[in-house]
Amino acid sequence: MSTNKCDICPVKNNSNLTKMGLNIGKFDYLVALAGNPNVGKSTVFNALTGLRQHTGNWTGKTVTKAEGAFYYNEKKFKVVDLPGTYSLLSTSKDEEVARDFILFARPDVTVIVIDAAKMERNLNLVLQVLEITEKAVLCVNLIDEAERNGITVNDKLLSEKLGIPVVLTSARKGIGISEIIKFIYEVASGIFVCKPHRDRKEPDEIKEAIDKISSMLKLKFPDLPNIRWVAMRILEGDHKIIEALERNELTA
Amino acid sequence: MKHEENTESKKNNLEDIISEANVLRWKSGSNFHDDIMDSLYKDASDIAKSVINYTGEKKAFSFDKKVDRILTNKFLGFPVMLLMLMGVFWLTIVGANYPSRFLSYILIDVIHTFLKSAADSVGIPVLISGFLFDGVYLAGAWVVSVMLPPMAIFFPLFTLLEDLGYLPRVAFNLDNYFRKVGAHGKQALTMTMGYGCNAAAVLSARIIDSPRERLIAIITNNFSLCNGRWPTQILISTIFIGALAPTYLASIVSASSVVIVSLLGVFFVFVVSYGLSKTLLKGEPSFFSLELPPYRTPKLLSVLYTSFIDRTLLVLWRAIVFAFPAGAVIWLISNIYIGDKVIAEHMTDFFDPFGLLIGLNGIIIVAYIVAVPANEIVLPTVFMLIVLTSKMTGIGEGSGVLFDMENTASIEELLRAGGWTLLTAVNLMLFSLLHNPCSTTVFNIYKETKSIKWTSVATLLPLFIGIIVCFLVAFIWRLFV
Repeated sequence: MSTNKCDICPVKNNSNLTKMGLNIGKFDYLVALAGNPNVGKSTVFNALTGLRQHTGNWTGKTVTKAEGAFYYNEKKFKVVDLPGTYSLLSTSKDEEVARDFILFARPDVTVIVIDAAKMERNLNLVLQVLEITEKAVLCVNLIDEAERNGITVNDKLLSEKLGIPVVLTSARKGIGISEIIKFIYEVASGIFVCKPHRDRKEPDEIKEAIDKISSMLKLKFPDLPNIRWVAMRILEGDHKIIEALERNELTA
Repeated sequence: MKHEENTESKKNNLEDIISEANVLRWKSGSNFHDDIMDSLYKDASDIAKSVINYTGEKKAFSFDKKVDRILTNKFLGFPVMLLMLMGVFWLTIVGANYPSRFLSYILIDVIHTFLKSAADSVGIPVLISGFLFDGVYLAGAWVVSVMLPPMAIFFPLFTLLEDLGYLPRVAFNLDNYFRKVGAHGKQALTMTMGYGCNAAAVLSARIIDSPRERLIAIITNNFSLCNGRWPTQILISTIFIGALAPTYLASIVSASSVVIVSLLGVFFVFVVSYGLSKTLLKGEPSFFSLELPPYRTPKLLSVLYTSFIDRTLLVLWRAIVFAFPAGAVIWLISNIYIGDKVIAEHMTDFFDPFGLLIGLNGIIIVAYIVAVPANEIVLPTVFMLIVLTSKMTGIGEGSGVLFDMENTASIEELLRAGGWTLLTAVNLMLFSLLHNPCSTTVFNIYKETKSIKWTSVATLLPLFIGIIVCFLVAFIWRLFV
């Protein structure tokens, strides 16, 4: 069964797309690309921007951020390719780079790229990203490879569960790229309103503790976009986050 | 002032949240972080299960697994690895010969002759045209004609292995050994990256979390032969080692000698890592899991594009950028007299005793000093200095001219005339593996470690090892040969 219904939808014809390469300058929206290592993140980046950043089939190819841009619907999008990481716990330099960017640069949209065949492990990162930012698009990449191996993904259900747009892609073959661009635009401009999945079944004690701190935070920082996540970091004693709160760096 | 008050009040506000958090953490008593992560993993796994369907039997990646069983096999893994390396070098050595000859004909026989005669007819002073065309231009032309063909073959092949997904298998095979010597398994990845460029690999060591293990990876990275050094290895092994064997075996013999030198590099990676983790950088290796990506059919065009634009041209450009000033410097030091000798001769004479002691010679030492910015220009410098100091006639067009050899036979003739022996060649290959990193790499090491001490260790340790190894080889060689 083919799940690529999107292939026949009208946005496929995106004559209003211009790839800008490195010509960044001023931009309307900031887009971050996050994902596990070796899921084809750089390929997605190249497909969006028309750049040719080297893509390698191995972990740790990108340790620094690459940047590019594209035009869509008369808006300019700057794209930042974050280092591939398994989590956002900031235990290593690349994880810290990725987390800090989403946290402090507050991208208008975060595109999370995952490997369709490694859904379970990859979703860990997706949930962590969704704890920090609301505006995200999920790109389930390498879908052709997964289908070849007898794995199919229900994108509608996944989108429902996560509360963000989900696109099945094969970036190497250019499949699904126009849909990602469409959703990036819709999420950035507020046409699509994300309702990120953030409920968890923590043990009761933990849940109460998080709720308690969250409500205290809400009184003092009504604008904080990721209260629960900040509450958890405070409960863990994350000094970097506490300092950032003190310096008022977490609110828009 | 007002702003400060503002942040101050925020700070006070946070105090009570933090103290409340401390109380709650104390009360819950459990490991907070682990509980949060557990529930997140559970959530992810629930969602994943509900949206994924397995059609047909679960034959997922059965082909990959079969291939992996061979490539990462305990016994077969290493032989297969060696065969692949051999194959890549062999193709490079065999294939590079003809385009190299063609390029040197165009760039040197045709263009250089034209430039010189044009300069004469326009009346540019010999001093200036010599400096420009015999020094600067010929250095660049030499680098292009000798380095471009092997790179244009080697890099696509290497990129092909990379895109296929073979490099993580190499890392997988080596991972266990790295942990045994007290280093991080991911060092296998940074090491393989070093085969492209040490300067880039030093940056890639960021994927290693623990500072101790990252330092080990950075310090030992120079033992991976880089772009700038492969041509030296390939050329010298073709001229001297390959020549020892009958013609039909020559390219295989030279390819194996390059493999042996790179394996020696791997050996030093392990020995030095072990030494460091037992002395200066003590500690336990940290755990990590390495993911074997699925094999992907490389896209031919993108392989050609990346290997040509990102690698070949980039390296070539770097070599040319450094070759021009180096060509100028060489021309100058071989044309400016102090007393009865030119500067270059003073220098080579000065370094000759030391060079000979370690089985090299003064010229090679001077070449390595000139080539600190880029390993790529070691050989061009060597050739030029030989012509100059051996006062050969009939080769080259004047003092300080960096010229090209039409084929390996005439290079060999030149080197033998310069007093080179098999020992010189072997030790040059060893010294090319074991010496200080290029200045870009040193700069990156400093940027990454922010420590003069570790930068010096990373710079001087390989050089020290190189001198010792070359000395020992020369010493033993002279006892028996």
